[in-house]
Amino acid sequence: MFREMYQVFVEFVRTFGALQLFFLQLLLNTPRIFVRRFGLVVQQVHNTGALSLVIIMVCGFFVGGVLGLQGHSNLARFNAEDSVGTFAAFSLLKELGPVVTALLFAGRAGTALASEIGLMKATDQLAAMEMMAINPVRRVLVPRFIGGVIAMPLLAAVFSMIGLFGAHVVAVSLFGVDAGAFWQQMQSTLDLSDVGEGILKSVVFGIVASLLAVWEGYNAVPTAEGVGRATTRTVVITAIAVLILDFMITAVMI
Amino acid sequence: MQQTRSVELGTGLFVLLGMSALFFLITQTTGSDAFSTSDAYSVTARFQNVGSLKPRAPVAMSGVTIGRVRNVTFDPVGLEAVVSFEIDSAYDQIPDDSDASILTAGLLGSQYIGLQAGGSEFYLEEGSEIQFTQSAVVLENLISKYLFNSGGNSDGN
Repeated sequence: MFREMYQVFVEFVRTFGALQLFFLQLLLNTPRIFVRRFGLVVQQVHNTGALSLVIIMVCGFFVGGVLGLQGHSNLARFNAEDSVGTFAAFSLLKELGPVVTALLFAGRAGTALASEIGLMKATDQLAAMEMMAINPVRRVLVPRFIGGVIAMPLLAAVFSMIGLFGAHVVAVSLFGVDAGAFWQQMQSTLDLSDVGEGILKSVVFGIVASLLAVWEGYNAVPTAEGVGRATTRTVVITAIAVLILDFMITAVMI
Repeated sequence: MQQTRSVELGTGLFVLLGMSALFFLITQTTGSDAFSTSDAYSVTARFQNVGSLKPRAPVAMSGVTIGRVRNVTFDPVGLEAVVSFEIDSAYDQIPDDSDASILTAGLLGSQYIGLQAGGSEFYLEEGSEIQFTQSAVVLENLISKYLFNSGGNSDGN
């Protein structure tokens, strides 16, 4: 019993260490890719970022709309409907923007990355690259990782902006909150550090989500079942990691 | 070739959109006054105390928003707060002896300027100053007044 727990613990620490080394390996190869094969990065920004725009924008709009509904109906009890802009902006910029975007990103882009890389491994494409003296880490993994890191903060910003627009539509157009009060209260309460916290979070989540997706794909068991399991694990682990990190960053920044 | 072109175009659009969203969040949700009504005339008023009146707060008459506060400054000579605000040009027949008071929307709501129409035959125009003003109600003063007044006659309450 005790021995098994010890083994599980050692295995966890080993995996964690391997992940760090893998991260380091990606970072060391990053400058080369930027200089030599920038086109690969552009293609991955397109895959993970531009193709995720639709889901991000639709979800952002409705999350913002819900904030408008909830904020208005609850603040109306205190006659403070005008603060709904502040409420929505705080929630979106600091929490929901980065976190929900990271979860959607894991679902939309993370799974695509993991299954793509896993299938490349299962069909021996990565091994073939090594045979041709092409480093698969450099050629396949790094551009995907960097693409995700670049795309994620931009997606989070789009999410927050569309969310504010959704909140504005609900609160101002539907419930008749004064548009000036909506923005004025928001602007007088928020400052640059609030936006900065959101950006910091989205950058960290972008690194974590991309790293885990690439890692899971690269370490997938090269069978149909293994690739499927790697895809599932990507979403689960990313969600857990993002939410724990969110708590930690908020605790530090507050 | 066509494939790469559309990929690059999509990526460029995405990055531009993301950057502009970031720019929007930084400039529009935090304190900055990049907001101007298209057609308006500006009026000033002096207050003893403006409470927590902020730029862009509404200016209302009979409860209808007709303008926006542009800025709140302190006059070091007259030792008063000077509020300048803009009124939509559509409302150009407001008597110049109207009085301005700083009111609060709801118990915890934001503060705004309420105008009460006067009886003059002359109208407010660009650059005119409102003579009759009433300061913001400061909650602490109200409470202390209430406490001190009711301190003497304690009839069971």
